[in-house]
Amino acid sequence: MAKQAGKVIIKLQAVKRIYKVGVEHIHALDGIDLKLHENEYIAVMGHSGSGKSTLMNVLGCLDRATSGYYELDGYDTTKMSDAALAHVRNERIGFVFQSFELLGQLTALKNVEMPLIYSRDGWVSRKNRAKKALQRVGLSDRVKHKPNQLSGGEKQRVAIARALVCNPSILLADEPTGNLDSKTSEDILKLFDQLHSEGQTIIMVTHEDDVAHHAKRIISMKDGLINSDQSTKEYNGSRHVTGKKSKEAPS
Amino acid sequence: MRFLIRVPIMFFRLLYQSVYLALSQIWANKTRSMLTTLGIIIGVASVTAVIAALSGLKAKILTQVESLGTNTIFISARRPDRGPLQHASWWSIRFQPEQFENLLEHCPSVARFGRQTWVGRYTVSHRDKSSENVTVRGVEPACHQIDSRPVTIGRPLSVIDEMQVRQVCLIDPKLRNDLHLDRDCIGQSVLVGYDTFYIVGVVEPRPENIFGGGDQERSEIFIPFKVGLKMQRYPSIWALAESRSADVSDDALAEIRFFLRRTRHIKPGEPDTFEVQSLQNELQTFNEITVIVTLVAGGIVGISLLVGGVGIMNIMLVSVSERTREIGLRKAVGAKNSAILTQFMIESIVLCCMGGLVGIVFGQLLITAIDNIVKAAFHVTVLDMAYIPAWAIALSFAFAGSVGIFFGMFPAIKAARLDPIEALRHE
Repeated sequence: MAKQAGKVIIKLQAVKRIYKVGVEHIHALDGIDLKLHENEYIAVMGHSGSGKSTLMNVLGCLDRATSGYYELDGYDTTKMSDAALAHVRNERIGFVFQSFELLGQLTALKNVEMPLIYSRDGWVSRKNRAKKALQRVGLSDRVKHKPNQLSGGEKQRVAIARALVCNPSILLADEPTGNLDSKTSEDILKLFDQLHSEGQTIIMVTHEDDVAHHAKRIISMKDGLINSDQSTKEYNGSRHVTGKKSKEAPS
Repeated sequence: MRFLIRVPIMFFRLLYQSVYLALSQIWANKTRSMLTTLGIIIGVASVTAVIAALSGLKAKILTQVESLGTNTIFISARRPDRGPLQHASWWSIRFQPEQFENLLEHCPSVARFGRQTWVGRYTVSHRDKSSENVTVRGVEPACHQIDSRPVTIGRPLSVIDEMQVRQVCLIDPKLRNDLHLDRDCIGQSVLVGYDTFYIVGVVEPRPENIFGGGDQERSEIFIPFKVGLKMQRYPSIWALAESRSADVSDDALAEIRFFLRRTRHIKPGEPDTFEVQSLQNELQTFNEITVIVTLVAGGIVGISLLVGGVGIMNIMLVSVSERTREIGLRKAVGAKNSAILTQFMIESIVLCCMGGLVGIVFGQLLITAIDNIVKAAFHVTVLDMAYIPAWAIALSFAFAGSVGIFFGMFPAIKAARLDPIEALRHE
């Protein structure tokens, strides 16, 4: 495990997520124990079906664990109401999606403002905060542009600005470079590095080794369980030793 | 205390944001929104047009009734519908002049009273000029006040004219012009049939009347009642009365009826051989008709709004499934179910209210169009006083809004209940 100082932000204990399909029970998460500290940069890897998306959904409070304990920022989320979870998503979690999920009819600024519309305190100053967030991702000159006037990389930057605008405790990125070419991917990952150096906690789901190497800690999942949890250095070392095994990793 | 301030602010914020969102959404789908609200537009337009037409008609009739006097009572002989007299001749049913004697003493609620007789249509001439088909009426002095036909030049007919059976007359301006008389023609003589009458005054022409009484084509001449009686063998008589106030109008009717039954020797149980009517009564009947027409129109409009509402629901469902990903995203960034619900409800309500607004405008246009067509075709202005009353505008909005709430509910609930993960995965 990576040696990390700082506050514990996420604590998972024996978290299970079981889907019922007919009479069958599918264990998408089969008992996850995980601890995350402030300002960590983590990559979650695994095959499709390994449970990494389910883990993201649970971490992002979009889905509830069937059993187990999930603590975010010191709050027990397992017993929260739907409305309280919405509030948690609004204030403590920033989502970045593979396909950006920007609203086409809104300008970049309005897209970034959107989470603040649902926020209790951010509403009044939303325009300034949105502008600041866009500045942070280097898009001050694209404020009035609509998504169809932006390049793929710019779109993802707007999405990242939207995720950051509420100053979330964690930034959850689900394959953030999946729809981008390698050059733009590199730019986005540099932006993540920069955000991390500014103190942002980042969790990123990916199946690309190159992308994962930007993170400081790599968790690989298999069949709803954590297969390995190593710092990036250790991960690289283990991959050299058992190189054949992890060759199958990208799906 | 903080809570008290916060709740209205949050409410306002939610409302503002939702209305803004709804308007931008409607603007983004202009054609679709227009077509969707067509049902609402037609419904509201027709109901406002009907209400406007009725209120206009009512206002018009009221002003005319006011010009006639709201307290006016008409008394005329009428063959009863039943009883032994139902086949009696007109000759035996008609009023006799003495049957009205002392009416004022016996009817305390009646302020004024005057008899009239219809002498007939005569050719009236002055020197070499003549006018045919002039209506000649014998009237008692009170009739002028009751009938609101003030004298503009000269003096009205007086009680002395009546008592002395003077050969004097009042003419209207049209007759004066036809006979090429001076503007101030007092003292000049005209020949009515074979009798000479001296002009004592000129009366105002009868105001235009939608009841059909406004006979602008014919001119009129008024002579004392007794002179009129003398000129006929079997005079037909009716009377005008005026109650002291609108409140005692019904009392006045009852008193006159009781009085006339006695003077006409009608036995208890036998039907009246006359009719006593007030404009108040007529107005009441008209009001009842108005209510019925409004209700029938309302029913038809209700159906049209229902159909319109189904259209709204349909389009809202399309909108929800089109924007599933957007809903998922909004939920992911922290929109509560209630926020999504409000967003779609407001969108539906705004859509319907805009339909209502356009409908009201169309209703007004419709009324103007009908008014112009009627004017062009029949040369009468019936709907010039038509207006849409404030309560009708409020009602239209309330109705359109409730259609929005009722039919927007289901799609909005559907949207609010979407699972964010599923919604984000939706293609």
